[in-house]
Amino acid sequence: MSARNPGRLSIWQAAYVIARRDFTAILLSRAFIFFLLGPLFPVIVMALAGGVGAQVQSEAISADVGIAMESRDVDAMLAARDEVRQLVGPALPNMVELERVAPGETFDASAYLENREGSLAAIVTGSPEAPVLTATAGRLARWQGMVALVAAHASQPGAQTYPAVSTATVETSGASENTGRLRTAQGGQLLLFLLIMLLASMVLSNLVEEKGNKIIEILAAAIPMDAVFLGKLFAMLGISVVGIAVWGATGFAVLTAGGVTLSDYANPGVGWPIFFLLFALYFGMGYLLLGAIFLAVGSLATTVREVQTLSMPATMFQIIVFFLASLAVTDRGGWPEYTAIAFPLSSPFAMVARAATEETLWPHLVALAWQALCVAVFVKAGASLFRKRVMKSGPRSARGSRSLLKLMGGMFRNRSTLAE
Amino acid sequence: MATGEFQAGVDTARDLAIEARGLVKRFDGTLAVDGVDIAVPEGAIYGVLGPNGAGKTTSLRMLLGIIDPDEGYRRVLGAENPQHVARLIGYLPEERGLYPSMKAYEAIGFMGALRGLPLEVGRERGKELMEQHGLGHAIDRQIRQLSKGMAQTVQLLGTLVHEPKLVVFDEPFSGLDAINQGKLEGLIRGLADKGTTVIFSTHVIAHAERLCENIAIIAGGKVPYAGSVEEARDRIPAQVRLETRRRDGVWRAALPAETRQVGDFFHFPLPESGIEPLLKALIEGEAGILSLSIERAGLHDAFVAIAGEAAARDMVSGTEGEKA
Repeated sequence: MSARNPGRLSIWQAAYVIARRDFTAILLSRAFIFFLLGPLFPVIVMALAGGVGAQVQSEAISADVGIAMESRDVDAMLAARDEVRQLVGPALPNMVELERVAPGETFDASAYLENREGSLAAIVTGSPEAPVLTATAGRLARWQGMVALVAAHASQPGAQTYPAVSTATVETSGASENTGRLRTAQGGQLLLFLLIMLLASMVLSNLVEEKGNKIIEILAAAIPMDAVFLGKLFAMLGISVVGIAVWGATGFAVLTAGGVTLSDYANPGVGWPIFFLLFALYFGMGYLLLGAIFLAVGSLATTVREVQTLSMPATMFQIIVFFLASLAVTDRGGWPEYTAIAFPLSSPFAMVARAATEETLWPHLVALAWQALCVAVFVKAGASLFRKRVMKSGPRSARGSRSLLKLMGGMFRNRSTLAE
Repeated sequence: MATGEFQAGVDTARDLAIEARGLVKRFDGTLAVDGVDIAVPEGAIYGVLGPNGAGKTTSLRMLLGIIDPDEGYRRVLGAENPQHVARLIGYLPEERGLYPSMKAYEAIGFMGALRGLPLEVGRERGKELMEQHGLGHAIDRQIRQLSKGMAQTVQLLGTLVHEPKLVVFDEPFSGLDAINQGKLEGLIRGLADKGTTVIFSTHVIAHAERLCENIAIIAGGKVPYAGSVEEARDRIPAQVRLETRRRDGVWRAALPAETRQVGDFFHFPLPESGIEPLLKALIEGEAGILSLSIERAGLHDAFVAIAGEAAARDMVSGTEGEKA
């Protein structure tokens, strides 16, 4: 067997062995259930408290429908809105007062939607007896019936017949599109940050088990340390994919039940399909970049207590990186954006925002290549640090080192595990 | 395999599974290993002996590629980087460890997978090996449910599941009871019979004396002796134990100066001139020989003498260094 196939496992084969072990061990552990349920607890609590509808509406801020009618008609429509909401629930779009027009005065809804940087997705004008709905084609088809229902209740409570809703189609204006894209960019960044923060922090403690159970020396003797690092990172990435699939499916179900669709949000610069693809890729890169650093730092810790001590600065570090990337969104084309794109750790966040706001694709290819290069460097450096600082035995030098890395290594050196 | 010009006290006609020359390792400027030379013939059982903290584990780690030497040369199964032949090596570290949540056969399979054995094959072999070693009832038990001895056996089987050509044991007998120590000795002999090279470290000399043809003694990071067990024992003169009817007489002048009297017995090293002149003096002096035995020095005595000399040399050189 061995003689026919001499040598050793390639780094990817070895990483696969580690990743498969870790993935299976985590997936089959009882703790994984809590890992999955953790982010769902707030949603469940909100649902139980009847707050899901409100949450959905607050998230779907761009789905507001404005009412621009004479004063008494506005009042009637708002009253009817409340009445109908009790019947149909969150499926009813959030109808808000836009303007009370004087009798005989008309309101140019098309011009308002195309020029104003408001959050309205549609406007109802005319009167409850003859409402006019102005919106994009997709939203017209979706809300025409609801507007008719509200208008019918506004004109005659308990009405059995609905008025005909006239429609006027508008193209989304450049200004509102930009605003929407900005919101998508910020939302994408926030989601990316939350996911990476949740998962990358978990790898801090990833090597503690191997060190605590003295398995690390067996691994180090059989396969390259880089493979151990890669395997552990990819195992957690796999776990995160499972988690995101569960959370995503749950979130999608909740939002769909709440009547929210992607058309409620501004189309990202690269389009939704590519945006989702890029989001996944940037999530992977962001996780691997931060995870490699956290894994290396965490590998120097020998106990769970030390890992917990490291968690706080690690989280703070992530928040700083996130702020840098957030700054880039508010100053597009300026040095903060280019700095955030160039700095490896903030690059995925900055590029997700860019995918939401810009159409061009080639910068993403460059950014992904740059981030992949940085992942390789970080993993290599982390593995080297681990081998140099931990996989050794013997007495410590009396002369202290002044470098930060050496100080950290000295602080967390596992003398009990590996010293002869 | 390598048959380099350097042979640290071994039969030069045999190929070498391990050849290390001048290995040096410093940790934070402190010398842990200072020029270790080791040559292990293929198919041999080779012992690395030394007191605690002598540098045995560090030397083995360098031979395995877990850490790289600062200086020196090593060649393991023909490769200068031992990790390039990792599939052919099995390693049982001194500090044993397994994933507690794994089942026993899964742990063996995992250790085989690390060395390139397909996982399913490793698991099947793990079950077979456990049956062969009387642990069939524990195949499906998690590691955390096993006794310490059973877990050690599982790890040992995991070390061997991929049928390595070279097996490195670091203090394999520590923590085992006498029965399991005997079983492990038998297993090591069985490996050597199949042509597997075995190198193990220990500070319990009896195991090395029973198992090894060749040894290296490490003391203070150096190798003061590498060679056969027989040669090591020959370094210490045989000890003579003499009992006489008469306590005194002219024959006492024939006893060597190092003679110690313990009870009714005289103890002294066998004179270089042999036993015959002494016997003649005893008979002519009418000492009345009640008993006389010549005992060859054991490996333990040789080890103590060699390691002690090395430690003494280190102390002297350290003192001189401090003075300088």
